[in-house]
Amino acid sequence: MEDPTKPVTTTEGVTPFELSEKALAECRMILERYPAEFSKSGLIPILHVAQADNDGWLSVAAMNAVAALLKIQYIEVYEVATFYSMFHLHPVGKHVFDVCRTVPCMLRGSDDIVAHIEKRLGIKAGQTTADGQFTLRMAECLGSCGGAPMLQCGANYHEHLTTEKVDELIEKFRAIPERSNYTDQ
Amino acid sequence: MSRKLLLEHIDKPGIRGLEGYRANGGYRSVEKSLKMTPDEVLEEVKKSGLRGRGGAGFPAGMKWSFLAKPEGVPRYLVVNADESEPGTFKDRYLMERIPHMLIEGIISSCFAMGAKTSYIYIRGEYFYVARILEQAIAEARAAGWLGKNIQGSGFDLDVFVHVGAGAYICGEETALLESLEGKRGNPRIKPPFPAVKGLWGRPTVVNNVETICAVVPIINDGGEEYAKIGIGRSTGTKLISAGGHVNKPGVYEIELGIPVEEFLMSDEYCGGVSGGRPLKACIPGGSSVPILPAELLFRTAKFETRLMTYESLSDGGFQTGSMLGSGGFYVFNDTACIVRSTWNHSRFYHHESCGQCSPCREGTGWMEKILYRLEHGLARTDDIDLLWDVQRRIEGNTICPFGDAAAWPVAAAIRHFRDEFEYHATHPTKVKDPKHFEKEPMKRVERSYAG
Ligand SMILES: Cc1cc2nc3c(=O)[nH]c(=O)nc-3n(C[C@H](O)[C@H](O)[C@H](O)COP(=O)(O)O)c2cc1C
Ligand code: SF4
Ligand code: FES
Repeated sequence: MEDPTKPVTTTEGVTPFELSEKALAECRMILERYPAEFSKSGLIPILHVAQADNDGWLSVAAMNAVAALLKIQYIEVYEVATFYSMFHLHPVGKHVFDVCRTVPCMLRGSDDIVAHIEKRLGIKAGQTTADGQFTLRMAECLGSCGGAPMLQCGANYHEHLTTEKVDELIEKFRAIPERSNYTDQ
Repeated sequence: MSRKLLLEHIDKPGIRGLEGYRANGGYRSVEKSLKMTPDEVLEEVKKSGLRGRGGAGFPAGMKWSFLAKPEGVPRYLVVNADESEPGTFKDRYLMERIPHMLIEGIISSCFAMGAKTSYIYIRGEYFYVARILEQAIAEARAAGWLGKNIQGSGFDLDVFVHVGAGAYICGEETALLESLEGKRGNPRIKPPFPAVKGLWGRPTVVNNVETICAVVPIINDGGEEYAKIGIGRSTGTKLISAGGHVNKPGVYEIELGIPVEEFLMSDEYCGGVSGGRPLKACIPGGSSVPILPAELLFRTAKFETRLMTYESLSDGGFQTGSMLGSGGFYVFNDTACIVRSTWNHSRFYHHESCGQCSPCREGTGWMEKILYRLEHGLARTDDIDLLWDVQRRIEGNTICPFGDAAAWPVAAAIRHFRDEFEYHATHPTKVKDPKHFEKEPMKRVERSYAG
């Protein structure tokens, strides 16, 4: 019988996780922005750092490491991580395509763009390619309706998409082994 | 050409950096304001008539004057750079292209409020913009525009960028504060208002990026000069994000008061409806405001010219008017399907509801389901009444205005385009093709709204 008072830290199948030195340095910089007694304010920016440090997603172990760093309860991290759409709670492909589907983009052809990507990658929205290179997600308005239709991959916005442009993007990212993170410089 | 106060220098080379910004008159307003008293700065903002550019249009000077000032308690300016109202992309444009303008506005605003710390809460998807802002902040600090004893004035100020992580509701000011405290974006019950109990329970002003940027020309030219632009209580210039079926999507700065027709049709702005097709409808202020059918866009129900002002766009109330909102202006030509768009919007609101209030959490889901059925040819005509009933029960029954924002667009779509909803219920085979109106636009009978 598991002890229910003990948090799940390294359950079987969960890779243990520790923040790298570089990530820790970034976290310390983030925490300088808030009064010491309100360090919990750093949670969301730090989760971004942890996610980039953990192969692009937040495992339970990664969230627990953040809780330990901020000296807060595990649940305080879980409830936040599950609320925000940019936090991936499952492993994702190296390059996540967030394609905007909201009305201003829809009016300028986002449905066709999504259908085209699905066909080219052989996956549906929400899925990851078998080689782990791409994940396709639907996003709500990304504040780029003037560049519609558009998608975000890592930190970059790709605007005024056409099926040709999408093909070029797919070819480009197929050849990039490094992960695209939202936090990329 | 209308006057440009915010975008005048946006295309100048090097404007993103401090040097280029200074060369174009940057930080003049700070030199001026730091020689004034905080109350004098506040007075200029009051005189300008500047209203919040984030959507609600609340007078900025009045909001600042409500800020509680208990002894020994820090107060804050939090800049709302969440920009997630569908159709709106002006704040990104400003921050990405001319980041120092926001910092310049923050300095005078904080000086007026007596705030020594300011946070820019920026949506997580704008991570690259956050980097641009951080670099601008570092430049400004190195040049003595931020930090201790700014330009020898004795005034200290720190500005920090805080990234969110993808949640529309965090644009609502109290949800934003929760999020900034490291929590879920659940809006707070008001009162207390942020001006009394905001960030970490301390007095806080939350203002939109564009609002704070507008403080720069207000200080430079004086509040009275600013108030000369515009009509009535709609003073100054406003950024409009134009999208959807227009020939020239983009961010435009207008003098408040120009006719809507000029904005949509002239080459200076949108350049007309795309595809040379007939105009069907327009959402003039972001997804949360009522849709206007073509018949009500250029003229009000009283046959007056519809103007780009807070008052004129809302003329006629919800029966025949809409709102200026955040200035997210998107257009539908006759190939667009209003039912499909309304379904898309309701899916957005269902996805983005924080889930605290049952009418909003459940109602947005029900609306999405009914609209899905209508759009996909699976509904009956009486489902339209059911939809009307559901939206009616959300409005006014929730903690934050998100519930209204989810209900209003549905109500307006049914009010003005009931024929299209009925068509969907009676032509199931036809509407099963997602491009039904692209292939064969629906014949519209022009409605008369007179009287
Ligand atoms: C659901 C919802 C979303 C909102 N989103 C934004 C937003 O993205 N940006 C913004 O500036 N204001 C947004 N607001 C308005 C803010 O609550 C607040 O009124 C505004 O930031 C105040 O600034 P202003 O007076 O300068 O406009 C939103 C409000 C609601 C109810
Ligand atoms: S109205 Fe909706 S978004 Fe606002 S607090 Fe209630 S459930 Fe949350
Ligand atoms: S609707 Fe796609 S970016 Fe705004």
